[in-house]
Amino acid sequence: MAEKKKTTIVLFSGDYDKAMAAYIIANGAAAYDHEVTIFHTFWGLNALRKDENIMVKKGFIEKMFAKLMPRGADKMGLSKMNFAGFGPKMIKDIMKKHNAMPLPQLIEMAQEQEIKLVACTMTMDLLGLKQEELMENIEYAGVAAYLADAEEGNVNLFI
Amino acid sequence: MTIDKILDAKGLACPMPIVKTRKAMNELNSGQVLEIHTTDKGAKNDLSAWAKSGGHELIKIDEENDVLKFWIKKG
Repeated sequence: MAEKKKTTIVLFSGDYDKAMAAYIIANGAAAYDHEVTIFHTFWGLNALRKDENIMVKKGFIEKMFAKLMPRGADKMGLSKMNFAGFGPKMIKDIMKKHNAMPLPQLIEMAQEQEIKLVACTMTMDLLGLKQEELMENIEYAGVAAYLADAEEGNVNLFI
Repeated sequence: MTIDKILDAKGLACPMPIVKTRKAMNELNSGQVLEIHTTDKGAKNDLSAWAKSGGHELIKIDEENDVLKFWIKKG
């Protein structure tokens, strides 16, 4: 068989709906037998956060960031109609009705399908996120590693 | 037509029907036929496109009481 096609996605957004779109496309691309990479940067890193509080040494501003940002995919807000957290509750109810997969399960499915999940180390530093706070089995890289994947890519998205 | 495997993807929403189809297809050999049942309206276009891109042959599509049925021969 010919060499595998590649899909690369930059997940910049920390919104539940946008991350969901990114992960649905990623899982679809994996089903197309693409090699898929999701590069998480800035607010998108929160999708990789563990949901428990992990004690790590941080400065004051880093601690504040940690408190203000969603701890894990399930805690993310919506890009529209968030209604101070009521929006996500509504949409999750509707999703259940329509049998759509919630974001945490989409991420699990992505790992099962061997989608490469990458955390941008530079923005991790900016937001004060430490490796211990992020999920297991992910990779850490910078813009060069992302470009190496993207330049051979067939599908490339910024979400 | 001999059917080598049946996949029940009823009630599943995008992207699960094609994720499951790919999984089931990986367990088949070239020339074998997979029958898929789904209720996702987008599946008609999704599975046709998927089969074409993967070099498989979509033999037949059928619709019965809101259930879409597909037969795909592995390429």
